[in-house]
Amino acid sequence: MDSIMNPFSSGTRLRDMIRAIRACKTAAEERGVIRKECAAIRTDINENGANYRHRNLAKLMFIHMLGYPTHFGQMECLKLIASAGFPEKRIGYLGLMLLLDERQEVLMLVTNSLKQDLNHSNKYIVGLAVCALGNICSAEMARDLSPEVERLLQGRDLNIKKKAALCSIRIIQKVPDMAENFMSPAASLLNEKKHHGVLIAGVQLCTELCKASVEALEYLRKNCTEVLVRILKDVSNSPYAPDYDIAGITDPFLHIRALRLMRTLGQGDADSSDLMNDILAQVATKTESNKNAGNAILYECVETIMGIEATSGLRVLAINILGKFLSNRDNNIRYVALNMLMKAVSVDVQAVQRHRATILECVKDSDASIRKRALELVFLLVNDTNVKPLTKELIEYLEDSDQEFKGDLTTKICSIVEKFSFDKFWYIDQMLKVLIKAGNFVKDEIWHTLIVVISNALDLHGYTVRSLYKALQSSCEQESLVRVAIWCIGEYGELLINNIGVLDIEEPITVTESDAVDVVEISLKRNSSDITTRSMSLISLLKLSSRFPPCSERIRELIIQQNSSLVLELQQRSLEFNAIIQKHQDIKSSLVEKMPVLDELAYHNKKSTSTPANLSSGKTSQVTFGASVKLPNGVAKSPAAPTADLLDLSSDGIMQPMSSGGDFVHDVLDIGFAPSPSSSGSGIMPYSGVDALLDLLSIGATPVQNDLLASNSISTNQNNLSSIPQLERSSSVSSSSAPTGAALSVELLGGLTTNSSIPEEYAPYPSIVAYQSDTLIVTFSFSKQPGDPQKTCIKATYTNVSPNVYTDFLFQAAVPKFFQLKLDPASSNILPSSGNGPITQSMVVTNSQQGQRALAMRLRISYKVDNQDKMEQGQVNNFPDGLL
Amino acid sequence: MDAASINPGEQIRFILLQNRQGKTRLAKYYVPFEESEKHKVEYEVHRLVVNRDPKFTNFVEFRTHKVIYRRYAGLFFSMCVDITDNELAYLECIHLFVEILDHFFSNVCELDLVFNFHKVYLILDEFILAGELQETSKKAIIERLGELEKLE
Repeated sequence: MDSIMNPFSSGTRLRDMIRAIRACKTAAEERGVIRKECAAIRTDINENGANYRHRNLAKLMFIHMLGYPTHFGQMECLKLIASAGFPEKRIGYLGLMLLLDERQEVLMLVTNSLKQDLNHSNKYIVGLAVCALGNICSAEMARDLSPEVERLLQGRDLNIKKKAALCSIRIIQKVPDMAENFMSPAASLLNEKKHHGVLIAGVQLCTELCKASVEALEYLRKNCTEVLVRILKDVSNSPYAPDYDIAGITDPFLHIRALRLMRTLGQGDADSSDLMNDILAQVATKTESNKNAGNAILYECVETIMGIEATSGLRVLAINILGKFLSNRDNNIRYVALNMLMKAVSVDVQAVQRHRATILECVKDSDASIRKRALELVFLLVNDTNVKPLTKELIEYLEDSDQEFKGDLTTKICSIVEKFSFDKFWYIDQMLKVLIKAGNFVKDEIWHTLIVVISNALDLHGYTVRSLYKALQSSCEQESLVRVAIWCIGEYGELLINNIGVLDIEEPITVTESDAVDVVEISLKRNSSDITTRSMSLISLLKLSSRFPPCSERIRELIIQQNSSLVLELQQRSLEFNAIIQKHQDIKSSLVEKMPVLDELAYHNKKSTSTPANLSSGKTSQVTFGASVKLPNGVAKSPAAPTADLLDLSSDGIMQPMSSGGDFVHDVLDIGFAPSPSSSGSGIMPYSGVDALLDLLSIGATPVQNDLLASNSISTNQNNLSSIPQLERSSSVSSSSAPTGAALSVELLGGLTTNSSIPEEYAPYPSIVAYQSDTLIVTFSFSKQPGDPQKTCIKATYTNVSPNVYTDFLFQAAVPKFFQLKLDPASSNILPSSGNGPITQSMVVTNSQQGQRALAMRLRISYKVDNQDKMEQGQVNNFPDGLL
Repeated sequence: MDAASINPGEQIRFILLQNRQGKTRLAKYYVPFEESEKHKVEYEVHRLVVNRDPKFTNFVEFRTHKVIYRRYAGLFFSMCVDITDNELAYLECIHLFVEILDHFFSNVCELDLVFNFHKVYLILDEFILAGELQETSKKAIIERLGELEKLE
């Protein structure tokens, strides 16, 4: 193809390129066209040809809009902006706004051109520059160019004036300190009564100024309130004005912006609010409400009345407007009414309550936007007197609601029910209904809370477990219902069988022991059960084996079936539990005793306290075992961060029992720690480990085991593969500080010697980036040799991200005295460029003070680039917690 | 430096003009977005508006903001604004913009917007600046555009 015939030479017109792109049948074809076009444009750019520059940039903008990269055109924008003519500058500025934004450094280069154009003699070019500045101004540009904008703001050209006013908004947003400079020019804009463009820009600038500076707010309040009232009065009383007319109303936009500024000025200020009352009343009563434009004004007016210190009569008027909105057939209007009523709740909750029935209907609307607003509003309206009927209605609707809305609805119902949970019977009842209808949408912390509450409602245990049993018969597909039911059956199985504590309202049911075991078996084997539910089922079975002696053998068989489970967690549990049933009959009954009542207060505190508070509570419980010792039974997910610290605590704690050599301690530890990969997911396990130990030291063994089982049973929900690395940590802590424990665990588990090596394979410590510069990345990955916790193998990988090859590459490391470091030879001493073929090197670090001192490592890396010596140094402080 | 700047409250964050297939015909951002983020935003907004029942509200919540959209034939005009802003006003705003386009191109259709996309941006820049309304008179804008046309 020669260049004359090629339709994609740079001579192609923009129109022709768009046609060619539109003619493409496939995406590949389109890419081809664009590739050729881009190549032609690049060639032009390289040759620095000015003839087609603005056509090329226009093409690039189109290409950009289609989603192709066009960064190579950025400099062309700057060149076009710097050229003399209006058409070139126009495309240049357009490109600037489209292809660049305030964060690009290229933008710095344009400041000077902008400054020149802001001072240009051609007002159209000034207009282009102001507009571009307003759209992409950065804080730095704002400082540099603000004097020009201030000058234009006070100039004579109205078109530039309004642009400059809006540009000033952007400047103030970027640099609020400059607000004061704009106060008086902004106020004087409000005198341009005939030109709505200037007026509306001025009003918007004033609003922004009030947000940015208290001084400006006071200045404008003092000097502009009356002017503003006048503006609104004029536009509101204006006869038909064809230029500004929308649906019979003169300039609704100006109405709205003026009302908004009034709201800002009148907020918390009685004097200026007084000045506004009359005109607000007029707008609220006289504005036509049969068209969208009128409703938009009414909406803004209501919001302003609610926002300022309005008279009570005016507020009643406002709420009535919302009432009318709410009964409007137009969904948009109903939506804004709901939105507005939400704000009105804080002003006059009684007035909003009157519309409760209508609002409740909106919760059931087919439009998701309306439902969402209505639901939030209902939530605000719930109080002691209406909570029961409202909840009933919402729960009934739960069944018919859309799948995608069920999640939101469930969460809201649960928080309503929880908020008013002083009536335990009612609370449990409602929660059961929610679980039955939407158990799959109930979040973990919600059913955790429910379990805590159930555990505390001593007189309702029987009722609850029987209701749950009944519910399971019909709704066994609701995951969290199954979990709560399984937990309760495990804990309160005998109340289920023996009909203990029957309430008057209950219908008696007959459940045999094997019926109860059936239910748990089903949930253990059901395909849709996830690992949490299955683990809970296993624990429940273990508990039942002690509660229902006649079923003990059947339960053992069920448990054994899981020893071939593909899920490591279940497999291990199965083996452990089998061992407990077979070999440890003597401790079994105390091991699976009913859980102590969970401490509600502590649970809620824990749920609401943040990380540091959590830590400190961990420390206090170390000293005082009171209520909070039971906390780990609870279910709160504490963030992962405290894990490390808590582990440190626990390793300190463990040292002592080890030296005193309590055998049982290790036994317990092994149940709790080594074989259970589960529980450390979010810091609960190590936490409970600490408490358990403390408990153990002071109180004795039995409650500890309960605690451990309990924490397992509940915290397994956090079980997932990602938590395994942390398990490895906790197990290494326990095995390192209690070497004799490992042997015991082998015995307990009846031959499952692999318990510490299995996680090893699955659970390396997370790799870290030990050192990173612009040219070089060093990553470390870790492994430990089983049985030697003090030793850590580190595999270092060096990657060269620069374009140059490094020769004579040498890595050196230094560690504190109490460490030993052995460095193996590296795989090569030549490091290829651009991330190719990284070098690896292994080293072994031995920590003689395992668990007490953390590792820090200094690095020195030397190499040659083009025979020049280079050296980089660094320090590594980010070794994974608990590693060394 | 930027930490001190005020969180842009009630302003337009972006304006999109998309057809039913999701092709963007105009995208104007008044707050900075990464290039890849822009594509994601355009994709998500299109997905949100394209299948909504016409009886539903013209407002959809989008991340922490909301999108006010209006459909004209096969074209969707969407504006993303603050959650507390006046939705009804932006509906009017969109309509006024469409009227201006209609007047400028005399009976605007999608192809006009495709071939003259840079003019569409020019028109928008006379209507909205820095995410704020610049001019409310259709006549004033049309006249201004006439003057600008003469300079080309």
